[in-house]
Amino acid sequence: MSEKEILTRLKKIVEPYVQSLEGLQNFKEETDFLNDLQINSANLVDVILDVEDEFNIEIDNDSMEGMLTVGDAKAIIQRKLPQG
Amino acid sequence: MGKRVVITGMGVAAPNGVGLENFNSSLKAMKSGIQFFPELEKLKFSCQIGGKPEISEEILNRYFTPLQLRGLKSSGIIYGVISGTEAWEDAGLKISKEESPDWDTGIIFGTGILGVDKFREAIHLIDEGKTRRLGSTSVVQTMASGISAYLGGILGCGNQVTTNSSACTTGTEALLMGFERIQTGKAKRMLVGSCGDHGPYVWGGFDAMRILPNKFNKEPENASKPMSREAAGFVPGSGAGALVLEDLEVALERGAKIYAEVLGGDINSGGQRGEGSMTAANNEAVVRCIQKAIKNSGITADKIDAVNGHLTATTKDAVEIMNWTEALKLKGGSFPFINSLKGMTGHCLSASGSIESVASVLQISNNFIFGNLNCEEIHPEISDLISHKCIPTTMLEKKINILAKASFGFGDVNAVAIFKRYKA
Repeated sequence: MSEKEILTRLKKIVEPYVQSLEGLQNFKEETDFLNDLQINSANLVDVILDVEDEFNIEIDNDSMEGMLTVGDAKAIIQRKLPQG
Repeated sequence: MGKRVVITGMGVAAPNGVGLENFNSSLKAMKSGIQFFPELEKLKFSCQIGGKPEISEEILNRYFTPLQLRGLKSSGIIYGVISGTEAWEDAGLKISKEESPDWDTGIIFGTGILGVDKFREAIHLIDEGKTRRLGSTSVVQTMASGISAYLGGILGCGNQVTTNSSACTTGTEALLMGFERIQTGKAKRMLVGSCGDHGPYVWGGFDAMRILPNKFNKEPENASKPMSREAAGFVPGSGAGALVLEDLEVALERGAKIYAEVLGGDINSGGQRGEGSMTAANNEAVVRCIQKAIKNSGITADKIDAVNGHLTATTKDAVEIMNWTEALKLKGGSFPFINSLKGMTGHCLSASGSIESVASVLQISNNFIFGNLNCEEIHPEISDLISHKCIPTTMLEKKINILAKASFGFGDVNAVAIFKRYKA
């Protein structure tokens, strides 16, 4: 899966949780889920579950803790996706 | 002498009408909200009928954000938020987005059990070893105070925000608790009410107790028969009712419309002594509760024009009437008009007290007494006590000055509230 496709899908997943439209318009790898998108921290677990469903992967607690930005999420998804 | 307390807004999600206007029309038309549920038949319930508010997508989208709707499975929260927000808007109040909450406004919104369908989903996931899949709202949708928490956040209330629970007394108790908080000057405005989930997991326990009617699955609208000779048990219901109570001075200052005044009331328990038990009322406690409510309100029994009873449509209805005649010292034709909403909605359990309080106040402000549905033949033990003229079976155009509303619940608990037409 291309990086671009991962980011496009990721943007769609986070959309309902976002409380800062400005952050969403500037959606890029450096975008921070809590600070830039103003996602309620309790909703991060919902984002994780939606990512799991969308990409058919499982994200363990350790990986989740390192997932602060869109780029972090992309890297974790790439790592978990079956190769080839 | 404490502050005077008035009702300035109301909202409702009842089996026979969602929204104040629909509900008012249903009351006047004596419309039943009882329906047959194929799901209950499949689950081999004896009683396969019940009362459930019809909530359209449009209404859901009006009262909830898309984010709130994600995974929302607590029907009690859905009904409670709809009725609570409607009451708030009906009172002419705005939803403020300011940083600070409204410190003078609080919420007491009760329930019996909350979010059973959400809880069932969680139980299945947990048993499959998938606890991590519960999502973020499993707790807030199933905690008892979930309903006051949702409303508190939506409306931005900064006074006491809590949930009470006292079985079928819950709604009337919430109203009286909010009333006291304003009367004693601790709050200027309280949103009070109660809600209850629908469905087999709420109603099953009552079915197992064999206190629900089982011969009306083919004719649901005829099943709930308060005060009737044919009363065969209560029909389970669900929904929510909400009222905005306000310090009279504050209401007048902002030019709010006033539906009625809450004069007072009383809450007590029979201690499960005497005739009282976990499921039956101690008659002495009921009589005391009615009499103290009248005394607290500074009126006398003969001033009561109408009674909205608890009257669930079991054989205990006659006992309730006996307690009213004993408490009011009024019998035969001198007894006030009396009605029960449960003929139309069934028994909405924890939501009943608030839905019925809304119905009671509508009768005062709109000058009518709704008729008792399915009560063509009055139970002989009741007609021995009061005249059939006191039990209207059609809607009466009538100006009510004072109305007494009672609710009784499992655990031998009682609540009686007295409402009065507002006069400056």
